[in-house]
Amino acid sequence: MDYFLELFLGGLTRGSIYALIALGYTMVYGIIELINFAHGEIYMIGAFTALIVISVLTLMGMNTIAILVIAGVVAVIYSCAYGYTVEKIAYKPLRNAPRLSALISAIGMSLFLQNYVLLAQTSDFLPFPSLIPDFEFMEPYAHIIGSTEIVILITTAVVMVLLTILIKFTRIGKAMRATSQDKTMAMLVGINVNRVISVTFVVGSATAAIGGVLIASHVGMINFYVGFIAGIKAFVAAVLGGIGSIPGAVLGSFVLGWTESFATGYVSSDYEDVFAFLFLVLILIFRPAGILGRSEKHKI
Amino acid sequence: MITFDEIKKAFLVSIWFMFLTFPIMVIRVNPVEHIVEWRWKNMLVVGIGSFLLSFVWNYLMKRKELGFKKAESGEETGTIPLVQRILGEKKIYIPALVVAGIFTIAFPFIFSLYQTNIMVSALIYVMLGLGLNIVVGLAGLLDLGYVAFYAVGAYAYALLNYHFGISFWIALPIGGLLGATFGILLGFPVLRLRGDYLAIVTLGFGEIIRIILENWNEFSFGPSGIANIPRPSLFGINLSVHESTIYIYYIMIALCLFTVFVVNRLQDSRIGRAWIALREDEVACQAMGIDKTKTKLTAFSLGATWASMAGVMFAAKTTFVNPASFTIWESIIILCIVVLGGMGSIIGVIAGALVLILMPEYLRAFSEYRMLAFGVLLVVMMIFRPGGIIPNVRRVYTFQGVKNTDKS
Repeated sequence: MDYFLELFLGGLTRGSIYALIALGYTMVYGIIELINFAHGEIYMIGAFTALIVISVLTLMGMNTIAILVIAGVVAVIYSCAYGYTVEKIAYKPLRNAPRLSALISAIGMSLFLQNYVLLAQTSDFLPFPSLIPDFEFMEPYAHIIGSTEIVILITTAVVMVLLTILIKFTRIGKAMRATSQDKTMAMLVGINVNRVISVTFVVGSATAAIGGVLIASHVGMINFYVGFIAGIKAFVAAVLGGIGSIPGAVLGSFVLGWTESFATGYVSSDYEDVFAFLFLVLILIFRPAGILGRSEKHKI
Repeated sequence: MITFDEIKKAFLVSIWFMFLTFPIMVIRVNPVEHIVEWRWKNMLVVGIGSFLLSFVWNYLMKRKELGFKKAESGEETGTIPLVQRILGEKKIYIPALVVAGIFTIAFPFIFSLYQTNIMVSALIYVMLGLGLNIVVGLAGLLDLGYVAFYAVGAYAYALLNYHFGISFWIALPIGGLLGATFGILLGFPVLRLRGDYLAIVTLGFGEIIRIILENWNEFSFGPSGIANIPRPSLFGINLSVHESTIYIYYIMIALCLFTVFVVNRLQDSRIGRAWIALREDEVACQAMGIDKTKTKLTAFSLGATWASMAGVMFAAKTTFVNPASFTIWESIIILCIVVLGGMGSIIGVIAGALVLILMPEYLRAFSEYRMLAFGVLLVVMMIFRPGGIIPNVRRVYTFQGVKNTDKS
């Protein structure tokens, strides 16, 4: 039973992190119908920035909690800046181009950012310090769930709530929903669509950065390539839940997290990625719109 | 010409990029030894570089907008690109073809073994590019797992040879058929998907095949791969390494010519026009009575056939296969070839493959920047020249008037 619980909670943690990244995909897709392939790289840059800040501050001799907060904030700021710039360079000029063009441009951006980090930093795996202290009250449950995992779960929940509030109750959230329904109409009622798209990218990047810092301190190491696989997995999660739908992305992430966790726990760990992709293929065959997505009807 | 506003803007851009690249470019950390290295020189480079590039970017953007305006006001935009115009002129085109032909035939005797070897790899990529061109360029299905079929071909030859001692010439058609089968197998589930879903599912398939090859030791010998694959035989004559490289070179040339011939004929055939129609508008295409399922499946399986044959060739050339040769980046390089050359344009894809594969070989000093450059290339090409270096010219039917045959 303990093993089952461990796998269950492991899947939940994994799912939370996928959810943080998947939100960015799903929000961007909801608004401009583009798979932001570079999203995984934004997450990787967030983690790298955090690592750099942590290393510099540790040398200066600050205490751990302060370092954690500063690193998190800087990582979020830089990820947002990268997300914003990527949108302006690679996607904005292609807003009216065929979808294939925008998709290829996104792949190019992803390739560029990976190699940019590879060349400017290193191709080796770098150890990422675990900054989250072990909580004393967690001691009796340590064999099932660690402190880092608890922090991940709580952070994810908080981010989800904040995001829901942003989209449901604020002015910009309203504008976002309007834009995702009908871009032209939104423009006609006076919404600055370009600004809405920028904000969407920035918000998506921010959640990805939070995910990046959390997963890096959970796994304990990063390299330039971590963003790609995590990005694809998160995308799979977003599709599972129904792309464009925010609750769907969260649900899809948990389902994917559990699938992987149980499959590796009970079957084999060699084929971890295979399970994720097989699951995606099956979902797309039997329910192409995803778990919570609505199937579109095309008007001709 | 350059106004004060533009300079101000470029200045702001350069400040922004200096801020953006600060942690990654300037600081390099070594968390193991707790060393932090500050590289202020990089910041200067980024600042000046982005300052200058912002002018280039603005200039190109302006030109692009000008092009749009021209198209809107209906001015002559249908200027045929230079290369295509040359190809249209028989007087230039036939001698050029003859010279190119003689050069290709004489190539292995003029240049060294090393050069011939590089040329063979470039030709393999020409074949892969032409195959992917069917899927992406003609049918408009973005396939990011194309390398899976390449792997199928390579492993088909390697394994058939290992277990049953089957020779290259029998493995080549078997590999092709196997590729076609895999193409259909992969095609079925993804038929209902639109562009972006398709991209991610094919990417997933590519990774699945690679992971299986890596982990299923009993079947594929795992990451260590299969060695000692025989080179192609020539009627049982024993060839030295040098001779067999030349021999492979000629086989490759023949295969490429065959590919060009087939793709060229396909393009103008009923099925080829169905692909193009499908690419342009699925709904309209179905309304015209085109069977979507059949059309997509043929595109997939034909594309896969070429990839598998290229894979058999690859195994025969390197005499060694392992899963590391079939990563997702290989798929992306092939995609780069098609995009750079011009989607749907045969001559463009050939040019694209030769440029992208030969250039890094001769610019060894820059080889680590290769993937970085490919990334920039994909973005820049899509924004400023979506048609590629040698864009495909759309077939235009001109009304040539009614011939007065019956004068009675």
